[in-house]
Amino acid sequence: MSFDKKHLLGIQHLTRSEILSILDTAESLKEISRREVKKVPALRGKTIINLFFEPSTRTRSSFELAAKRLSADISSFSKTSSSTVKGETLKDTVLNLEAMQTDALIIRHSASGTPHFLSTFCRSHIINAGDGTHEHPTQALLDAFTIREEIKRFKGLKVVIVGDILHSRVARSNIFLMNKMGANVTLVGPPSLVPSNMAQLGAKVDYNMDRAVKNADVIMMLRIQLERQQKNYFPSIREYRKLFSLTPKRFETAHKNAIIMHPGPINRDVEISTQLADSLKSVILKQVENGIAIRMAVLYLLLGGKERDFTD
Amino acid sequence: MKEKIKARVMDARKIKRAFNRMATEITERNRDPNNLVIIGIRTRGVHIAKRIANLIKEFDNIEVPVGILDITLYRDDFSELEDKHVVKKTEINFSIENKDVLLVDDVLFTGRTIRAAMDSLIDLGRPKTIQLLVFIDRGHKELPIKADYTGKSLPTSRREKVKVKLKEVDNKDEVLITEPGGIE
Amino acid sequence: MTLLIKNGHVKDPFSRLDKKCDILIKNKKIVDIKENIKEDDHKTVDASGMIVAPGFIDMHVHLRDPGQEHKETIETGSRAAAAGGFTSIACMPNTVPVNDNSGITKYIISKAKQKASVNVFPIAALSMGQKGQSLTEIEDLIDSGAIAFSDDGMPISNSQLMRRGLEYAKELNTLIIDHCEDLDLSSNGVMNEGHYSYLLGLQGIPDYSEDVMVARNIILSEKIHARIHFAHISTRGSVELIKSAKDKGIPITSEVTPHHLFLDDSLLTSYSPELKVNPPIRTKHDNESLIQAVKQGTIDVFATDHAPHSPDEKEVEFNEAPFGINGLETAVSLILDKLVNKNIISFNRLVEMFSCKPAEILGLNDKGKIKVGADADLTIIDTQKKITVDVKNFFSKSRNNPFQNWELKGAPVMTIVGGKVVYSLLK
Repeated sequence: MSFDKKHLLGIQHLTRSEILSILDTAESLKEISRREVKKVPALRGKTIINLFFEPSTRTRSSFELAAKRLSADISSFSKTSSSTVKGETLKDTVLNLEAMQTDALIIRHSASGTPHFLSTFCRSHIINAGDGTHEHPTQALLDAFTIREEIKRFKGLKVVIVGDILHSRVARSNIFLMNKMGANVTLVGPPSLVPSNMAQLGAKVDYNMDRAVKNADVIMMLRIQLERQQKNYFPSIREYRKLFSLTPKRFETAHKNAIIMHPGPINRDVEISTQLADSLKSVILKQVENGIAIRMAVLYLLLGGKERDFTD
Repeated sequence: MKEKIKARVMDARKIKRAFNRMATEITERNRDPNNLVIIGIRTRGVHIAKRIANLIKEFDNIEVPVGILDITLYRDDFSELEDKHVVKKTEINFSIENKDVLLVDDVLFTGRTIRAAMDSLIDLGRPKTIQLLVFIDRGHKELPIKADYTGKSLPTSRREKVKVKLKEVDNKDEVLITEPGGIE
Repeated sequence: MTLLIKNGHVKDPFSRLDKKCDILIKNKKIVDIKENIKEDDHKTVDASGMIVAPGFIDMHVHLRDPGQEHKETIETGSRAAAAGGFTSIACMPNTVPVNDNSGITKYIISKAKQKASVNVFPIAALSMGQKGQSLTEIEDLIDSGAIAFSDDGMPISNSQLMRRGLEYAKELNTLIIDHCEDLDLSSNGVMNEGHYSYLLGLQGIPDYSEDVMVARNIILSEKIHARIHFAHISTRGSVELIKSAKDKGIPITSEVTPHHLFLDDSLLTSYSPELKVNPPIRTKHDNESLIQAVKQGTIDVFATDHAPHSPDEKEVEFNEAPFGINGLETAVSLILDKLVNKNIISFNRLVEMFSCKPAEILGLNDKGKIKVGADADLTIIDTQKKITVDVKNFFSKSRNNPFQNWELKGAPVMTIVGGKVVYSLLK
């Protein structure tokens, strides 16, 4: 059990053993959030900055609480526009913040590859909280943690991910993670949003929702961005709903202990019918609680203990 | 680093006698055994705690609750641990509010583990009292910490290591002193 | 003023020269080509062990002058060209303001006369402001010195405008160059669409956004019987279309850049903005197809599409970075190392594609050949010289070249423009 990387840039380059380290550590840390005094001194004196260039209250507060429960000092910066033209470049902004002697930077940005870009000139540990349409590693990790809690295994599980896969960082991270853990992934959605070549990432592609959902163990619904309809990715919400929404009838054909998951927030009656949305609510609440444990685990594994020398 | 055995200072029989003695001392000193809880520090402290609880049940027919404490998150001496990042679960399924807590560990050395354990306990609640049981006290304390119950006092040199082996984990009961050296 | 090039191996497929001999230059022209010309009191260059070729011409360069001189100027761009072995360059009109009128064209020519180390030929815009709506005054621009017409940076999307432009240009015997891209298909894309764009979460530009415009242009060229030159071809689809068109005798020509020949999209996993270019770096299959096309003569010309940007502009998130690769100072060595020294094409083919053909396509009748009476533009090459690319030593203001640290064998060692030595590594 080990975690030897300086940054968490994505799931793609993690080993199975590193993923298990994170999940196991999260399991041990989970109970801290249920104590009366929700704090341990593990990261006392560490300085962390939350750099959110995309609006997000959930993920940002989740990271904030995770850091505070480990006794780290954390500050949040949000900027709605990114670099150049409007003023300071991203590189300058980040270097200025680092000059405050930070230990870690948590970054969410609308441009894919931004955490990778930062890691080429930053001294601090970089944690990817979502970069463009590329990856959202802590989301996939908390999804995996929730699946492990509910179903207790990964190997051979049938995991179905439904929605706008092309533009989803949650989908990519989950595809990488499920593959590393031995689960089988099927991607479902309209052909414009699920190009068949995406199967090369490690999944099956199916445009027939009824067929795909049969016997599924885990059904991950992704949020559909309504603007995509304006760009002609699909003709109308009505058509989308008919073909791809998760209805009670479709859900009945899934495995009897199947769980539905959603990274939130839900478009009721678009991705999923109202009746199921309520039962989905309880898993979503679990996902949120597990999110804190996972983020605590990630911060602990990267920052806990003596600072190591990463000379590469 | 390869270690070689320097001496076997306790065998199964001596260990059994030490346990019986300590269990008796505990019940003698704790007038209200119903307010007692035992918390073992991972990993071997937990087994020692369970054995003590079983002996108390045998002697006085009282069920003393046992909890497991992981103090990795409270440590200040990471160099002591090999696998410093492995944090395991703390499992204390009862309240320690106003209780007489008996903290249990296998070896008392610098005292830093016990300091971390006390910090952790205080974050979990406010005990009435905290007593300390260690199986071996090997000297070289760096903090003002003293055990209330000791299995055996064992003067050692700094470079030596004390290994408390228990049936539950190591298949036999014995206490060894080892030192660096030995052939690969 | 005279200059004598002695002992070099002269290679010129146009004049069918392929032997060791001397060249005498007087008053900017080649006056004698034969073995053992007497030294007398001529200034002499000893080209022993080197190859002497007709001066190279890069017909696709962005000089950024006027308007964006922080990226490059006519002066610095021309020095970069000279260091790259080029004696003439044609510069694209997407300056600020756009070169769509005689004032800007004359400015470029006059500035080049004063400050440029090499010949600079302005390509004027085909549409006003490059907006794709109304034609520029083509005749006036030709009169002021424009050598060809293009909206490069942008495609000529409006087929009716392209038609009118072709009909008009044909009568004036001038050339239209098109940057082939369907802007709706490519919209918001930043790299080649394919496995890697899906992997990296970057918006992709499908290869057929180029193919559909190549096809349209081939049909227009055929129906109107007018010449069209395709800028920076990057896909195997384009290659197939161009080959069929040429087989039918349709008057189209095309160019390819070194980065499209030798780089593939798997490199983008580094998210390095140095690799962000339009048309994007495509797949290995496209590389292979383009190399075959070069070998078989389907593609006519090498051009760099030298697109300088200041280092600050490229050191940002991938999505924000401007498109463009700097190419003047590495092109010739790359072709020498990867194609000639690997025996994929002959040295003569290299000369054809860097010199003879561009001169022919642009109508520069006194260039692209070593012949008595031709302009004294020469490129001298050492095919064995080993270099390691180091952007820090570039003459260009820009550093956005993705070949940093590449070790290449073969390099230009002297560049002569109008009888004057403008760059030399020789003594």
